[in-house]
Amino acid sequence: MSEAEKEDVYVLADDSREAVFVAEGITKVYKMGEVEVHALRGVDLQLYEGEFVVLLGPSGSGKSTLLNILGGLDVATAGTVRYRDHDLTHADESALTEYRRHHVGFIFQFYNLIPSLTARENVALVTEIADDPMSPDDALKLVDLGDRLDHFPSQLSGGQQQRVAVARAVAKRPEVLLCDEPTGALDIHTGVKVLEALARVNRELGTTTAVITHNAAIAAMADRVVHIADGRIAKIDTNTNKKDPSELEW
Amino acid sequence: MRAIHHKLLRDLWHMKGQALAIVMVIASGVALFVGQLAVMHSLRVTRDAYYSEYRFADVFANCKRAPLSVADRLRDVPGVDVVQTRVTLRVMLEVPGLNEPATGQLISIPDNGEPQLNDLFIRKGRLPGPGTDNEVALVEMFAKANKYGLGDSITAIINGRRQSLRVVGIVLSPEYVYALSAGAFVPDDKRFAVMWMNEKQLAAAYNMEGAFNDVSASLKPGASHAEVIARFDDILKPYGGQGAFAQKDQVSNWYLANEYKQLETFGVVVPLIFLGIAAFLLNVVMSRVVATQRDQVAALKAFGYSNFQVGLHFGELVALIVLMGTIVGTLFGWLMGEKLIDLYTDFYHFPVLRFSLPGWVPLAGMAVTGSAAALGTLNAVRRAAALPPAEAMRPEAPPNYRMTLMERIGLQRWLSQPTRMILRQLERKPMKAGASILGLSLAVAILIVGMAFVDIIFTLIDIQANVVHREDVSVGFTEPRSRDALHEIESLPGVEYAEPYRAVSARVRFGHRNRRLGIQGIPFDTRLNRVLNTDLEPFDLPREGILLSRVLGDSLHVSPGDEIIVEVMEGTRPTRTVKVAALVDDFMGISAYMEIGSLNRLMREGDVISGAYLLTRGEASEALFESLRARPAVASVSSKATSIENLRKMVEEQLLYSIAFNVLFAGIIAFGIVYNNARVSLSERARELASLRVLGLTRGEISFILLGEQALLTLVALPIGFFLGYWLTFAVMASVNSEVVRMPMVLNTSTYALGAICVIFAAAVSGLIVRRRLDRLDLVEVLKTRE
Repeated sequence: MSEAEKEDVYVLADDSREAVFVAEGITKVYKMGEVEVHALRGVDLQLYEGEFVVLLGPSGSGKSTLLNILGGLDVATAGTVRYRDHDLTHADESALTEYRRHHVGFIFQFYNLIPSLTARENVALVTEIADDPMSPDDALKLVDLGDRLDHFPSQLSGGQQQRVAVARAVAKRPEVLLCDEPTGALDIHTGVKVLEALARVNRELGTTTAVITHNAAIAAMADRVVHIADGRIAKIDTNTNKKDPSELEW
Repeated sequence: MRAIHHKLLRDLWHMKGQALAIVMVIASGVALFVGQLAVMHSLRVTRDAYYSEYRFADVFANCKRAPLSVADRLRDVPGVDVVQTRVTLRVMLEVPGLNEPATGQLISIPDNGEPQLNDLFIRKGRLPGPGTDNEVALVEMFAKANKYGLGDSITAIINGRRQSLRVVGIVLSPEYVYALSAGAFVPDDKRFAVMWMNEKQLAAAYNMEGAFNDVSASLKPGASHAEVIARFDDILKPYGGQGAFAQKDQVSNWYLANEYKQLETFGVVVPLIFLGIAAFLLNVVMSRVVATQRDQVAALKAFGYSNFQVGLHFGELVALIVLMGTIVGTLFGWLMGEKLIDLYTDFYHFPVLRFSLPGWVPLAGMAVTGSAAALGTLNAVRRAAALPPAEAMRPEAPPNYRMTLMERIGLQRWLSQPTRMILRQLERKPMKAGASILGLSLAVAILIVGMAFVDIIFTLIDIQANVVHREDVSVGFTEPRSRDALHEIESLPGVEYAEPYRAVSARVRFGHRNRRLGIQGIPFDTRLNRVLNTDLEPFDLPREGILLSRVLGDSLHVSPGDEIIVEVMEGTRPTRTVKVAALVDDFMGISAYMEIGSLNRLMREGDVISGAYLLTRGEASEALFESLRARPAVASVSSKATSIENLRKMVEEQLLYSIAFNVLFAGIIAFGIVYNNARVSLSERARELASLRVLGLTRGEISFILLGEQALLTLVALPIGFFLGYWLTFAVMASVNSEVVRMPMVLNTSTYALGAICVIFAAAVSGLIVRRRLDRLDLVEVLKTRE
């Protein structure tokens, strides 16, 4: 990547860019029998085009709930969430499906690959229903798995499986990539490879990427780090000196 | 209650839909089993009690006329306990409102009151007393069918004279539990009456004073029936004895025994098949249910529960389900049994037919289903418990998949990713797919078995009505008559064509085996009473020799070409050797046929006939019946339309209910299988499908993956189900076959279609239910946890 392109990336990190997500005052209350659990207690957050954000917090802090609401998997109890001109707060089930289908890429802690499909087919499953996808082969090359196209999940290591999941998530050229503990089930070596793939996608495709983790080390590779505790945003740090995933240690 | 028991109840509540389906499958199997077995039990207990309480005789014999002193010689036969002589008489009856003549059997009762054997159950009124004029006790079913009450009169033609008989009692007899008039194969309550009359009066009316023509005897314990029968035959021979026979060959009892055998098949074989299928399904379903709880098994083990305790826990879950199924099944079986018993009282005339359910029957049903379910559960628990707990709790490694055959041969590019998922899923777990297919095809098969009886029975009726019996009316004479009688009948009003027959009662022997039966003599070129093989092709009557029903041949152990001994029981009573020309696979009764001339020669008689089959112009007319009734030589007249109608009525009322229950329960079982199949697949694949939803696949798209698989399994199962259904039906039919009836093996296309439609419908409904669950898949949960 040239210096000029790097410049662009830094410009994009500036707060003056267009907000992709605007969340205002979102609260989420789960009713667990008689008890009400407040997962989110009034969160205001904006995510900008092309930025790489890490949502950091301990278990039960509400970070997954926030991600789920942004991804259209869950609906806030109060407050509003907008994705560009889509109002996610009042969308119905099929609108949310459409939203996920065309705008969001998901990556899960446990990969959630379809075991009966090969790497290429797992990606094709998504590209077949997308508007302007890249080819499954290109998506897998992007995550450095060009030589594992016809392997079934059972023939791949955990890190490779997660990279297939990354390829599957980015192949439809989503505007947002939401990752829930993508390295949670991986050791540091394979975890770094996955993070490198995420960073590359963010860099090369300009995909807005949000990663939730309880692993503070990962925060070093983000543009911004959102600290979440007890259902609230505790603070937001902006990294002036982003690290490359290969420099991370945990 | 311990925590693990709370888990038990909550697990049960959690899987309530599936549990309900399993409970219904068990309940259906148990209901049929319990209901039918209890009916059988009730029928047997009732019959045995009736026979013993009313002193049903052990040996019966008829003769032309024997002086009463002969009875003492019969009493002296070793082994004989009680001898009861009687006078019996066939008469024609005039019943107002009946077109065709009714026939009556008059039986004497001793002057001093109660018969010593074959006692009567008095429903209403009293027995006819001595010295009272023309009093009779009338059999209950005829009284009911024609609305005769105490004090009413019946007109009988006795010895050519009209006589009015007054009904003083309504009774039942162990000799007429199944009330058939001679020669008929279906009871006709409207047209066949049995009446008991004081002996002195009946003897006077029939010129039988000081004589008898019917005798029955009870034997001492351990006495040989065969020896007593042989001695009776010797003693009665000079008096026109027609061959003594044992209780087992007594018409009512023989039919009853055969019917019981048939009911037993319906009542034991079919429910056992159903119960077996229910058990197999339970095995499959329970093993899959437990397999989906793999993480829970691991967690329990991690807490320190032993493999045994874990096994026990799931065992208790199964036990609860089986127990509920048995209770519900027993309840339904009880209701069904009571309904069937109600129906049987129309055909089996017992004083009381009470439903009773022996305790071991539901216990046996529970044992069969319980052990099958336990087996399936144990296998799955053992598999789950074999894993170290930590491994079982970790997400399962992705299972191995490979390209399917269809893809390897190059069809890949036509298959979408979801279609590939379906095919690979099926190919990777062929055992599971196989079990599902087997379950679904068994569902199709039992529906076919259930409905097959309708096809078969109506085919049988159709064959009897339109192919075998082509006459409109049959006429029997009191005594064999010369062939001139045929011309006389031919000239009666409305008769288009008359064909003679000769019926001779005889005992046929081969080796040490013998049977008493009627030999039918029919013309070589018969048009109305053809002998047919199972392909419904007319069987060429041999010029010489005798044709036997295959069941008769088998029971005598004879083959074509063997020579059998025929002891004729009437006329000059010749004993002859006759060659068996062939065995015929016919459908009803045990028959022996000869060419009429050949039979006449065997009898050393001229052109003699016993009766005639008539073809009438249009509907048999009142005028024809009137003129037949007026002839004293005519003993019986029966119209085919009426017999067939009676047969149809009997079949419909008696069997169709049984069949309806079979089909109902088959339907429930089929639904249970299909629903469970779909539900278990859903729980096995919920995570995968939820992931796809998160990735943006619509509800319809993920439904295709799951329901497409179910649809494919169902589609594959249909032809296998047809095949299984055919052979299962064949096996059941083979066990139903009796001397009374052999079932033709027919299955209409519509039966296959209906079986398929029921299963497809069950699959569609299950699909809808599963689809609703798919729509409510928790997408958030899937991101967090495995299983």
